[in-house]
Amino acid sequence: MTTLAKRLIACLDVRNGAVVKGIKFEGLRDAGDPVALARRYDADGIDELVLLDVTATLENRGTFLDTVRAVADNIFIPFTVGGGIRSLEDARAVFDAGADKVSINSAALRAPELITTLANLYGSQAVIVAMDVARRDQSWDVFSRSGTSRDRRDALTWAREAEDRGAGEILLTSIDRDGTREGFDLDLTSLISGSVGIPVIASGGAGTFEHFSDVFTTGQADAALAASVFHFNDHAIADLKAFLSARNIAVRPAPSC
Amino acid sequence: MRIAVIDYGAGNLASVLKGLRAAGSTPFVTTTPRDLETGDAIVIPGVGHFNATAALTTHWQSVIRAHIDAGAAVLGICLGMQWLYEGSDEAPDLPGLGVLSGRCARLIGDAATKIPHVGWNALSRRQPDSRLLAGLPDAPYVYFTHTFAAPVTDDCMSATRHGTTFASTVERQRVFGTQWHPEKSGQVGLAVLQRFLDVARSTS
Repeated sequence: MTTLAKRLIACLDVRNGAVVKGIKFEGLRDAGDPVALARRYDADGIDELVLLDVTATLENRGTFLDTVRAVADNIFIPFTVGGGIRSLEDARAVFDAGADKVSINSAALRAPELITTLANLYGSQAVIVAMDVARRDQSWDVFSRSGTSRDRRDALTWAREAEDRGAGEILLTSIDRDGTREGFDLDLTSLISGSVGIPVIASGGAGTFEHFSDVFTTGQADAALAASVFHFNDHAIADLKAFLSARNIAVRPAPSC
Repeated sequence: MRIAVIDYGAGNLASVLKGLRAAGSTPFVTTTPRDLETGDAIVIPGVGHFNATAALTTHWQSVIRAHIDAGAAVLGICLGMQWLYEGSDEAPDLPGLGVLSGRCARLIGDAATKIPHVGWNALSRRQPDSRLLAGLPDAPYVYFTHTFAAPVTDDCMSATRHGTTFASTVERQRVFGTQWHPEKSGQVGLAVLQRFLDVARSTS
């Protein structure tokens, strides 16, 4: 009998209704229409989709929710929405617009009880806690507010706390690797994944097919998230899944056509 | 074809409604048992803790049983499927509908097998004549997100393994259940919803 597949997740960073991608959290490049990209990924065999609001301010939140609705209406795979979710009300608006799961980051660090509130209302499976982590001296530091403000908790402590409070999954981003295409941070990912009982989604650094096979084996990740690597058609999803499958990594087959 | 989707407060219904629409039906949300009369089939969705099924009171249960006895097609999804059984270890004092025999139990994981079971896993056929799975490839991948699961019994059309081997798709006359989410399982999921609508339209 087969086992649970490793998941490939495409991330669309959205600003003012358009998809963009930052490099190490600085600079932006345009990369297409969110609905068109979402439909293409779904058709190509992506396992899940994440939509992140990267608008710096609270203005145009209505535009973002319109984008959430449009994307949700066009796909039938799990759909996660994050960025700027600061409260139960923000989460409710996002669920009402069609999200299956929400991803919370800074708001969870500031008020961890929000994790439990959302889990109690929508179920743990609908709550992802995202954490941005960088290596500083000998420790794994957690940063909030898009990588600009260091938290007092280290990554392991925070991941465990998030799990205890009811998070369904951890979305773990390596700030140091993000946008570099030099590979996921295997030490960080295996440390967190080996320490919590909930799924860990690795993020930051994807560049080659080998990076994905490494993060699923050495990195012990349950899922891998990538953005620009997929947007510019650097990796056809089907080719990547065939590569992983040939290395005995369980994947959901991509549609063949 | 109007499909009554029971809202008993166990999770977001938007995806289920969307999936049923895309499969070619007109779903509507029902909050009282009487509303079931205006539908052509019944869907019982649900995510989360079995405690949520406490909202499906004895009155709900007797009305749903009456519809089943009258030949209504019923599809339980995730928590909705678990509720079709006698009960769940997750909430030992709460009775399920009991149209399927057996109790749901917690998946048993280990260091390599994380619980809850989240992600895409395959359906391993247990019987060849499943109406819900007709026309699908041999071992289709579908999306799961759950901690408890139903036992493999005579009603099991497909089994799936995650630590424990459990019933992933079940069928007993015109009562169906999927532990996985057809509304989140891409084209395979939409096809299964269409098969359910086909059964609802037929009389067998």
